[in-house]
Amino acid sequence: MQKLNSHPSYIAPLSMLLSQPERVDDRELVIEAGKTEGLYLRDLWGYRELFYFLAWRDLLVRYKQTVIGLAWSLLRPLLTMLVFTVIFGKLAKLPSDGTPYPVLVFAAMVPWQFFANALTECSNSLITNANLVSKIYFPRMIVPASAVVVSFVDFVISAVMLGGLMTWYRLQPDWRIVTLPLFTLIAFAAAMGAGLWLAALTVKYRDFRYIVPFIVQFGLYVSPVGFTSSIVPSKWRLLYSMNPMVAVIDGFRWSLFGGKANLYWPGFLVSSGIVFLLLASSIWYFRRVERTFADVI
Amino acid sequence: MSDTAIRVDHLGKRYTLGHQQPGIGGYTTLRDVIADGMKSARRRLRSSRRNGSVAPGCEEFWALKDVSFSIRKGEVVGIVGRNGAGKSTLLKLLSRITEPTQGRIAIRGRVGSLLEVGTGFHPELTGRENIYLNGAILGMLHGEIKRQFDAIVAFAQVERFLDTPVKRYSSGMYVRLAFAVAAHLNPEILIVDEVLAVGDAAFQKRCLGKMQDVSRQQGRTVLFVSHNMAAVSGLCQRALWLQNGAVVQDAPTKQVVADYLTSDLSTDRERIWAEPDTAPGNEKVRIHRAYVRPESGDLLEPITLETPVIVGFEFWNLVPDARLSLSVLLYNQEGVTVLNTVPSRENVWLGRPFPVGRFRSEFRVPANLLNDGSYRVELLVVENLSVGIFRLEDILCFDVREAKERPGAWYGKWNGAVRPDLEWRTELVETGQVTVVNT
Repeated sequence: MQKLNSHPSYIAPLSMLLSQPERVDDRELVIEAGKTEGLYLRDLWGYRELFYFLAWRDLLVRYKQTVIGLAWSLLRPLLTMLVFTVIFGKLAKLPSDGTPYPVLVFAAMVPWQFFANALTECSNSLITNANLVSKIYFPRMIVPASAVVVSFVDFVISAVMLGGLMTWYRLQPDWRIVTLPLFTLIAFAAAMGAGLWLAALTVKYRDFRYIVPFIVQFGLYVSPVGFTSSIVPSKWRLLYSMNPMVAVIDGFRWSLFGGKANLYWPGFLVSSGIVFLLLASSIWYFRRVERTFADVI
Repeated sequence: MSDTAIRVDHLGKRYTLGHQQPGIGGYTTLRDVIADGMKSARRRLRSSRRNGSVAPGCEEFWALKDVSFSIRKGEVVGIVGRNGAGKSTLLKLLSRITEPTQGRIAIRGRVGSLLEVGTGFHPELTGRENIYLNGAILGMLHGEIKRQFDAIVAFAQVERFLDTPVKRYSSGMYVRLAFAVAAHLNPEILIVDEVLAVGDAAFQKRCLGKMQDVSRQQGRTVLFVSHNMAAVSGLCQRALWLQNGAVVQDAPTKQVVADYLTSDLSTDRERIWAEPDTAPGNEKVRIHRAYVRPESGDLLEPITLETPVIVGFEFWNLVPDARLSLSVLLYNQEGVTVLNTVPSRENVWLGRPFPVGRFRSEFRVPANLLNDGSYRVELLVVENLSVGIFRLEDILCFDVREAKERPGAWYGKWNGAVRPDLEWRTELVETGQVTVVNT
């Protein structure tokens, strides 16, 4: 008999991470009306494997029955970059602060696509997993969180492509590049914060299914993706920074272009503050309503 | 009290009904909320009157109310009750899918629930991938799944199709695989809801065997929900009987099953309209009474597969010399018309003019004809053997129950709209060596 346990390679790295002794669970679990689960973090930790597996499943099925598969996650930002470069760079002749226009756009496309994809996937995640939510218990936050992580994979792929593009244009980043993870983290928090709000709201009000694509489309033009935020008049700059993606995109350019792009610090602080508020409030709201998801979904 | 696995105190679950307008869809839209909010604000402005906390237009429904019980470790407890009695709600609360409105649950040990086998299976993923995914969904750790992998595959008998996407599986294979994963979860408390309704006989036998193993040898607690009294009797020592969200009986299975089967649960086995003025009908005919009863005449006797049943109607004929006859349709719970019967062989009144007065017309449904399940009766009053003059849908409603004993070890839902006990004959046609040429 063949050995059935020889699982494919994509599980192997996970398995090394995960294999551990079986749980012995002899605690008493008390469920009481109107009382929130006190040990939410421990619960989240206990279900971390479900989190990995949901992300893994979504990655696996993502490009099943597509011809060019993973190339889709490269093609989309590339085409958008092309269009933006032609429209904003060539036709509108907007300033690029000394950076080649394609790189300028692509450095913004990378975090923007991540945010937009994560937001879309995240807000739909509970609905697409409705059968799980209504049949099985787990901390519901796992589902939107794993949707964000899946989008992060695309982010990594397009970040690699950005590296290639910068090499092509012989653009050398300086020390500022070490701050890139910070801006990535802010993008993550922004996506998660907005995503949790929308996911929780979509469960109850399906209107948000139509609102989200609009937010994403609208956001692409109000965020400094196709242009630099330096073209915004300085008296409006602080107000413009209310958009959380402004900090992320400006930060990306600042950390990558070796001093060619300036970071507007007051705006950055406002943006980050808003992202933090968004994330904190979304977790609060999500926790408040997640126990009723199974009844309303 | 360390040997208590589950302890439930005054548990209640309320749902709010009537909040959604019919026809719009199964969920609230923002518009409704805004509209409702404005309406109630306006109402609040107009009057300061307070009448309870229930918003107008919302109907409260207690799916469970004040339920208390406790289950010891290693007990196998059946939960019986009709549809809508609150069984599923109870299981959902116990498995933490939804939160209670009132009361408290204390659970000691890991809970595994089989509320619907195959939950979380992804059609695009292969059998192997789905085993890992489903294991994780059910709360197994990766190491556990790996260790149990061979056992799961062997139990489900899908060795050859491990690397085929499950969307190409037959439904039998799909269910087998799903149950196999769940059965190897090895929780301290296993919650099972009607899984036996699927799969073939051999597989069911293995499932039941597995469940018995789980409880007897490993001392696990099992909560088993089923409509199937034979399965409940075979598996459980103790049973809870739920009715309208409350526990009406908590006793040894034998007693609960006996009481449950003899209880007159269906109230629609007889309907009487005393006055012709208020009775359903028209200017030609009015219905006085409709009934379903076992032929023995004992109204408390449950109707099982083996009970001959009498269905009868009494009606007033208001027009002299009318030529009336009845036509009766029987629908099962799937909405399938099981039969339509007319008094074509009735030779006293058929075709003769009816004087004004009250008539009774009844027919007999032989034993071993109807399958188990719920039936609805529709009555049609016919004039001159061809023209329907009055129709009454759902005039009666009755249950046919499974016989107490069923041959063999199969407990699934018996297929078919009817379940006649047909005559079978098997004979030996020829003796001798049979050779099969293997290719």
